[in-house]
Amino acid sequence: MLKLTPFLGPHRRQLALVLVLALAQSLANLLLPRLTSDIVDQGIVRGDQFHILEIGGLMLLISLLATAGAIAGSYVSAQVASGFGRDLRGAIFARTERLSVHQFARFGAASLVTRTTNDTTQVQQMLIMMLTMVIAAPMMAVGGVILALSQDAQLAWVLVAVMPVMAVVFALIMRGAVPLSTVMQVKIERLNLVLGEGLSGVRVIRAFDRGARQRQRFDHANLDLTNTAIAVNRLIAVLMPALILMLNFTSVAIIWVGSHRIDAGVMKVGAMFSSLQYAMQILFAVFMVTAMFVMLPRASASAARIREVLDLEPEIADPAAGPVVEAVRLPGGKGHIEFRNVSFQYPGAEEPALTGVSFTAHPGEMTAIVGGTGSGKSTLAGLIPRFYDANDGQVLLDGVDIRTLPQAALRARIGFVPQTAVLFTGTVAANIRYGRDDASDEEVRHAATVAQALDFVEAMPEQFASPVSQGGTNLSGGQKQRLAIARAIVRRPDVYVFDDSFSALDFTTDARLRAALRDETVHATVFVVAQRISTVINADRIVVLDDGRVVGVGTHAELLESNEIYREIVSSQISLDEVA
Amino acid sequence: MSTESRPQPSGPPAAPRPPASIFGPPRPMGGLGIPAQKAKNFKGTLNRLLGYLRPHRNALAVVVIAGAIGTVFQVVGPKILGLATTKIFEGYLAKASGAPGAGIDFDGIRRLLTGLVVLYVIANAFQYLMQFLMANVAQRTVYALRQEVEAKFDRLPLKFFDTRTRGEVMSRAVNDLDSISGTLQQNLTQLLTSVLTLIGVIVMMLTISWILTLGIVLTLPLSLVIVARIAKRSQKFFMQQQAALGALNGHVAEMYGGHTIVTAFGHEQRAIATFDGLNAKYYDGAWRAQFVSGIIMPTMMFVGNLGFVFVAVIGGLLVTRQSIAIGDVQAFIQYARQFSMPIMQLSGIANMIQLTVVAAERVFELLDEPEEAADAPGATVIAEPRGAVQFDRVHFRYKQDVPLIDDLSLDVAPGQTIAIVGPTGAGKTTLVNLLMRFYDVDGGSIRVDGIDIREVKRGALRRTFGMVLQDTWLFSGTIRENIAYGRENASSDAIVEAAKAAQADHFIRTLPENYDTLINEEASNLSQGQKQLLTIARAFLADPAVLILDEATSSVDTRTEVLIQESMHRLMHGRTAFVIAHRLSTIRNADLILMMEGGRIVERGSHHDLLAAKGRYAALYESQFAGRAVTA
Repeated sequence: MLKLTPFLGPHRRQLALVLVLALAQSLANLLLPRLTSDIVDQGIVRGDQFHILEIGGLMLLISLLATAGAIAGSYVSAQVASGFGRDLRGAIFARTERLSVHQFARFGAASLVTRTTNDTTQVQQMLIMMLTMVIAAPMMAVGGVILALSQDAQLAWVLVAVMPVMAVVFALIMRGAVPLSTVMQVKIERLNLVLGEGLSGVRVIRAFDRGARQRQRFDHANLDLTNTAIAVNRLIAVLMPALILMLNFTSVAIIWVGSHRIDAGVMKVGAMFSSLQYAMQILFAVFMVTAMFVMLPRASASAARIREVLDLEPEIADPAAGPVVEAVRLPGGKGHIEFRNVSFQYPGAEEPALTGVSFTAHPGEMTAIVGGTGSGKSTLAGLIPRFYDANDGQVLLDGVDIRTLPQAALRARIGFVPQTAVLFTGTVAANIRYGRDDASDEEVRHAATVAQALDFVEAMPEQFASPVSQGGTNLSGGQKQRLAIARAIVRRPDVYVFDDSFSALDFTTDARLRAALRDETVHATVFVVAQRISTVINADRIVVLDDGRVVGVGTHAELLESNEIYREIVSSQISLDEVA
Repeated sequence: MSTESRPQPSGPPAAPRPPASIFGPPRPMGGLGIPAQKAKNFKGTLNRLLGYLRPHRNALAVVVIAGAIGTVFQVVGPKILGLATTKIFEGYLAKASGAPGAGIDFDGIRRLLTGLVVLYVIANAFQYLMQFLMANVAQRTVYALRQEVEAKFDRLPLKFFDTRTRGEVMSRAVNDLDSISGTLQQNLTQLLTSVLTLIGVIVMMLTISWILTLGIVLTLPLSLVIVARIAKRSQKFFMQQQAALGALNGHVAEMYGGHTIVTAFGHEQRAIATFDGLNAKYYDGAWRAQFVSGIIMPTMMFVGNLGFVFVAVIGGLLVTRQSIAIGDVQAFIQYARQFSMPIMQLSGIANMIQLTVVAAERVFELLDEPEEAADAPGATVIAEPRGAVQFDRVHFRYKQDVPLIDDLSLDVAPGQTIAIVGPTGAGKTTLVNLLMRFYDVDGGSIRVDGIDIREVKRGALRRTFGMVLQDTWLFSGTIRENIAYGRENASSDAIVEAAKAAQADHFIRTLPENYDTLINEEASNLSQGQKQLLTIARAFLADPAVLILDEATSSVDTRTEVLIQESMHRLMHGRTAFVIAHRLSTIRNADLILMMEGGRIVERGSHHDLLAAKGRYAALYESQFAGRAVTA
């Protein structure tokens, strides 16, 4: 929690105001019992009715002031807490946007969404509660004790004595309840896991006729959770009666001690009156703090998760501002990509993902990257747009190390198509234009044509103006993939990177698309990551990866001749179809 | 509710329910001022929900009695304290007037206070008893509801699961039941004690002074009006806040979901700009909603203070006129304080109960979903299935107005292989769905070994089939348990045999704990290919007469794929097999090929027949395989 305090910095003045208002409010609330004791001692005892009315008027005035203070406090704290939440959320989002693809994957999108939304809300709510209820509590407790002391020291000790007792009782109950509720959380997750598995595996469960077993698993988890929940709630059930009993005993003690003090003539009846009020006010303050302690573990867990994101320095940084590096003019157009002895290891990984990769790709050529799963194909593709940076060696674009280029400038020259297509809410046209904002309608249409998307787009009710729902759920996998390809085409990039992008397409579309792409990309450098030999057979250059190393570079025919691993890959595919 | 494991990035934002903490205090306050969704049938749903409490009516009776005793004893307290104060005051006055032998009646006070201590102990003991019993009632009730939901899942047709997202179903089975659990645990007893306290306090006040009581009770409508007005105003802001939050969450989910693309196309700044706009809009609604609902407490306190001042002044005046005793004023002040608490709680509880009824309604909707037709009376079991399958003039549609399978007939002899080919989304799984009776045919019939599958017990029918799908489903448990899923009570030897047959034994033995290795939640400790091998082992163990296979595609590297293919072929040996085919070898050797497109079977026949027909299949074959066969 404390680590997020810098975000309170801009609200310093408002915070001070909240404190002052809370203090004023507490003082006013404490003055009321004090004035009642005046009514008793000076009004009732002396029979002075005018004095009673006078004090009554004063009390009204003071409670009005207290209310005004509370409302003003609520106004300021609402702005502080919401502003704090807004700034925090903004900081997390901005930081997340700057994370490298790899850093991002370490958290996962779902977890980052939770951190940006739910976790900030959690912390924000905690702050609101602290500002409106909790900060006044110690003032009330301390103020109450001081006022009680000023009236009669011995009676006040009753109030002072009860507070540590309350704290101990509270601590004892919590010591039992907190571990139990942690256990309960685990069991809730277990139940959700079983339930979730039952839903996602419904076909298999029914296919194997194992519904009874699934029910049994669920019943077990359910019963387990229920028993723990009962135990937790039974323990928690002690809390309120115990605290109230202590308030009750405090009242009795005040009357008992008070009666003796009054008898001794050292205290007035009014003081006993007000002490009873203080006891109630102090207890109420303790309840508020209790409530905060209950919320605190959740909020601080949220704060820790937020901190984790904010503490993460983006791996990929732009070069310090300086003279723009001039691209070297290489023959054959723009978009030469060279890997020069590139090694890459994911942070925390035991083995490098790529080791000593070197090859060069030129404009107008198609370079295919093949290899088994885990051989480093997608990692290699991701190095080109700087999703991550090489640990060793260099990636050069037109002879310039890409790390010396601003990220935006580098990526503006790359058309990237991922393995699974991602589309955004908006129209079909807007999704294609995501590749280049100022693309004309004609260019958008052309890109869709090349990507073999025109047919289905025109079949949609509003053609290019048709909406794409969140996550593209109103389109099939193949349709989404074709729009993702159109998005890269409209960019007219110097370098295309297709990261295994053709798998969602049926074979006829795949073939037509690749033919159309060949015409479109005559001046561009094209990278294709692929599983299937049929996709790469016509490539100008095939880079064969095995365990992160380049084990062969050449055309299909050359590699078939000379490369053992390539032959193995080819024969494994052929054997599937021809030999088995 | 918001644990990391259960993010809800999309969908309509849930009402900002206060944390469903297991602890008491924060809940009721958070209920104030939040707009409640309206239940469609409030009364009916509430009655139905209360019906679930019926098995616990004895315990509930004790809860009510304990609550009543606890509250009554607690409410009597201030009155007795007041009596003691009066005694002190009288003694003090007597002593001050100098009467001989006068003084405070300590014996009397001791008697009163001793009695009071006993009373307080009993009151709190009963309060505890009430909560203690309620823990059991509430959790058992939710347990029963959960069981019912789970049992319901078992009887729902597959259509239900196919037409809803997992999150949607989970939200009803988890979040909504959480809601109900919290309310049963806390709000019911709160409702009980609040109402009883309110009545008790009014009665006690009336025994002291009707004038003062009237004054206090008159503050009641005042506070109700204030709360209602504020709540109404805050609803507008809450709605604004919720709408803004929904937009904000949607944007975050989308940008994070597509992070790679946002990065690749360099649109980070644009994403941040949009976010900042939405965030500012959310702030606007959020602080106003927070402020307006934050006013409720202070104004209620002000109304309470009005009552307090009224009692102090009027009570003081009454004492000077000697119409009431001073201890009564003290008691009254305490009652006046106790009076406002239950009112505040009640308005919070009313809101919570509304939310709960909405949640219950959603759960009941689930429980009322139409179920799969029960097994026909006298449904049989195919004792020793041979694997003959006939489709006889089958008609089927998912949607009434979208034609799908019309008049499909098919005769498969035991041991034959049927290849189903066609582009993605051609409806190849529909045949599987019909065969497994995940869906029932609309017309015609499907027969296994000559018996209409609708006359066979569902469970028994499905045991006749073995299914290996591309979407490998494993559950969290050991490898052994996952293979044993294929057959109940399978021996350890049989499991290893199955793993060997599936060529999975080797990799299993390289795992740290062999067959007892735990598969974690996302099964991320196994590769896709290894998972596939396990599902094949599972099918081997099941030893079905008919196989349904979905051949793996590009998610597995080609060398692992060889392994999987070999295993699959071994599994198919001697069994009838329906194969969703991607492999030339499978297709060419199939006894019958069904070419599907747009959900319909457009061509059927053997490989050679279909090639000769030069239709769709021939075209597909050309584009897909011909080139490759030649270059190889």
